[in-house]
Amino acid sequence: MNSVERLVHMANQIATNLATDAAPAAAVADHIQTFWDPRMKKMIFAHGTDGLSPVAAAAISLLADAQNGS
Amino acid sequence: MTYQPQKDFGTPESRSDEAVSLTIDGREVTVPAGTSVMRAAAEQGTSIPKLCATDSVKSYGSCRLCLVEIDGRRGTPASCTTPVEPGMVVRTQTPQLAKLRKGVMELYISDHPLDCLTCAANGDCELQDQAGAVGLRDVRYDVQATHLGQEKDHSNPYFDFDPSKCIACSRCIRACDEVQGTLALTMESRGWDSKISAGLASDNFLGSECVSCGACVQACPTATLVEKKVVEVGTPERSVVTTCAYCGVGCTFRAEMRGEQLVRMVPYKDGKANRGHSCVKGRFAWGYAQHQERILKPMIRKSISDPWREVEWDEAFAYTASELKRISDKYGRNALGGITSSRCTNEETFLVQKLVRAGFGNNNVDTCARVCHSPTGYGLKTTFGTSAGTQDFDSVEDSDVILIIGANPTDGHPVFASRMKRRLRGQDGRPGAKLIVIDPRRTDIVRSPHIEAQHHLPLRPGTNVAVLTAMAHVIVTEGLANEAFIRERCDWDEYSHWAEFVSQARNSPENLQPVTLVDADELRAAARLYATGGNGAIYYGLGVTEHSQGSSTVMAIANLAMATGNIGRRGVGVNPLRGQNNVQGACDMGSFPHELAGYRHISDNDARSLFENDWGVTLDPEPGLRIPNMLDAAVDGVFKALYCQGEDILQSDPNTAHVSAGLAAMECVIVHDLFLNETANYAHIFLPGSTFLEKNGTFTNAERRIQPVRKVMTPMNGLEDWEVTQKLAQAMGLDWNYSHPSEIMDEIARLTPTFAGVSFARLEEVGSLQWPVNADAPDGSPIMHIDGFVRGKGKFVVTDYVPTDEKTGPRFPLLLTTGRILSHYNVGAQTRRTENVAWHPEDLLEIHPVDAEDRGVKSGDWVKLASRAGETTLRANVTDRVAPGVVYTTFHHAVTQANVVTTDYSDWATNCPEYKVTAVQISASNGPTEWQEEYEALSARSRRVETGIAAE
Repeated sequence: MNSVERLVHMANQIATNLATDAAPAAAVADHIQTFWDPRMKKMIFAHGTDGLSPVAAAAISLLADAQNGS
Repeated sequence: MTYQPQKDFGTPESRSDEAVSLTIDGREVTVPAGTSVMRAAAEQGTSIPKLCATDSVKSYGSCRLCLVEIDGRRGTPASCTTPVEPGMVVRTQTPQLAKLRKGVMELYISDHPLDCLTCAANGDCELQDQAGAVGLRDVRYDVQATHLGQEKDHSNPYFDFDPSKCIACSRCIRACDEVQGTLALTMESRGWDSKISAGLASDNFLGSECVSCGACVQACPTATLVEKKVVEVGTPERSVVTTCAYCGVGCTFRAEMRGEQLVRMVPYKDGKANRGHSCVKGRFAWGYAQHQERILKPMIRKSISDPWREVEWDEAFAYTASELKRISDKYGRNALGGITSSRCTNEETFLVQKLVRAGFGNNNVDTCARVCHSPTGYGLKTTFGTSAGTQDFDSVEDSDVILIIGANPTDGHPVFASRMKRRLRGQDGRPGAKLIVIDPRRTDIVRSPHIEAQHHLPLRPGTNVAVLTAMAHVIVTEGLANEAFIRERCDWDEYSHWAEFVSQARNSPENLQPVTLVDADELRAAARLYATGGNGAIYYGLGVTEHSQGSSTVMAIANLAMATGNIGRRGVGVNPLRGQNNVQGACDMGSFPHELAGYRHISDNDARSLFENDWGVTLDPEPGLRIPNMLDAAVDGVFKALYCQGEDILQSDPNTAHVSAGLAAMECVIVHDLFLNETANYAHIFLPGSTFLEKNGTFTNAERRIQPVRKVMTPMNGLEDWEVTQKLAQAMGLDWNYSHPSEIMDEIARLTPTFAGVSFARLEEVGSLQWPVNADAPDGSPIMHIDGFVRGKGKFVVTDYVPTDEKTGPRFPLLLTTGRILSHYNVGAQTRRTENVAWHPEDLLEIHPVDAEDRGVKSGDWVKLASRAGETTLRANVTDRVAPGVVYTTFHHAVTQANVVTTDYSDWATNCPEYKVTAVQISASNGPTEWQEEYEALSARSRRVETGIAAE
């Protein structure tokens, strides 16, 4: 898989494993914020939600919003 | 210092708190109850002659040399088997004793070769010393029958066995039994025919079950068992205490020297990690340090298709700095990164991450722990609050139940395994601890002499979380949880949430049996034993972490320990067995891209400004790239330069094709290592490294023990590794001026609260320190979380089992799992360059007889091992040690390159690769794969040096 596909896979994997958290999307967003470098974050923001699970997609939206200061 | 063997007190130390006073030769001495008279005498400086006694094994009382007189007692009791008593009055030197001892020695010497002057042990022989001590001047016996003139056994590559010099004291047999726990040796026959035998009479040492740990050689009082190196070069003349550079046990050794030549490595009895024991690697496998293939001059080349050109250090540093600057200017500072190594010291690792953060101007630094114990960091920090094992090794002595999951300690951590086995066997009437092993393979510790696991759960690879959740289900639903502990020490709401989850019927052992393949009744029994069997200690290894749910498994382990109250005291705990010597240290030193030293996130303003003020730079608050992310970014064309110290990512990291593609896409790969390793095939700059014998610094072992590494010889390459990094930093314009690694440790201590009390001076004084070492714990912390967890309340985390994406199917029906073997270490760069290849000359594929028969494969056949990622060939070993459907191999040999086959699936939280689960197919083969042939050609091309002589 190429880098973007790998990031999508990673985001989904994180979402699956944090699914039992009380606030899964926030937990996934926090995890990505804590461990991903800025380029990886930028790449997944640019990629959009294609292939992302609902929780992963929500997490990416949360992060992108925070990044944009909204 | 002049050479002196370590003092031998004759019998082991007593652990009693009760003190006993007695008088020996007119001087009063006070020792713990249970101490032998021999040891009490030794402690007051009185040397009682002895031969069969040594303080690593229990007293035996056979040589009759250590006789003493005791007031009020008849006869002359053996001091080694006589415990002290209050008020006892002992005499060790009387005319009667002298006569008896001389008679005993005369008998010994009558059957011993009198070749002292040409004997390898001349000057370091207890028989010789004792003959002198008792004043033996002549031997009156005209002995007709002797056991002299027997053939020597030279089969072991590291030591010789000369039965003619044996005095039948059985010290070697007892050391093998009691210290090592292999029970390989025995006394064959009787009288003149008595002979130490390694297994059957037909066995020699190499072919026997002997694991070459060296305990017998260490225990031998004569030259019967002697190091080949001593035979070759003579006895040492000085010694330096240092720390082994192999696994995470971190054994302390005396490097015994002649000038700058290392004669032997002898385990140090005062070493707190190893307590005087060793394994074949640390004791003997150090020949790589002087191996002819070591690269001693820096080398550079424009392209990896060019041959290497040797240069002087100054040119190498100037060229490296200019290349890094060129790439930074052209592609931006984030195109640069570095990898630190668990094989290097804390100080070296700290400097590499400092160079990346302060010099390269980004946080693209990672360490090889990424591919081994990064899930430990995540899992234990989340649940307990800090990324480290909770116990010291001594703690196992108080364990009642030992649970080993995903670890093979007899191969990976042999010296600790011996201590563990000692506890499992029981001692002095105390019953042994119970053993639970969760592992797809029947590892040696499941069943070995005097040890048998109560429960072996041979799970399907990839189902650790399901097994641990099922165990938690049993503990909670059967009311075995320690609620008092949980209420006091953990967050009760989080526990309740977790308990509710694990109690669900879907998490029962019966429901999960089809997934895990573990018998539900057996699993229930194991869970009950762990919860109710007394002090329960969990030891785990890479079979836990190297999975897509590695971090979840670590947290599931922590959950089990908290639920049963097995945290915060001796005998219990959660103990990651670290693969390499300084995995713990490399992680502690801020090698991860998101963390500064002491596990503080880079976005933490307070922590970051502490470093910024000290270093006089501004640090990037965003996390950098992890190793797999670096490789992805390289393939994408945005990551262009890598400084790789002491790591061989091409051989050790998964999916070799992807790693090589990433490396090939970079413009400047700097390899700083001892040898032209596999990664160096893709390197543009080679900076020669120094061995652990050639530098000063510290390693931190699996029990958080910071230990000194001491320079015993001049670096053959001219510079210690920390000096290389410093000179590179200076060439890049950084104002670094460390004159000794102690100054680097001072900086670490200044910036890292858990290291606040650590300094070289303090380590010199106390030998070693276990972090945290600070105002609250000035002498360090052998056990963590005693009164509360580092994070406050212990956190239960729900760990739902998620099957891996790596699936078996018709094309790839078997599951491959990988691991290590005793005689080799990691990628084998060191051990393959020693005589250890005598035991393991190649990687083998273990396959179950049923799977082998289905494919027409016999032991010794060449087979092709293919996965979705790639294929390689190696020879098969048909064995029922693996379950049907599972195959296993090691990754020690570059020719095999097991990681050509492994995939780039990884742990969800940390990207630690899923080495332990790869869907594969096995088929008959008659030669190397295309990859192997191409790679061999590439290696040959890549290792050319301009002189025209191949470097390897």
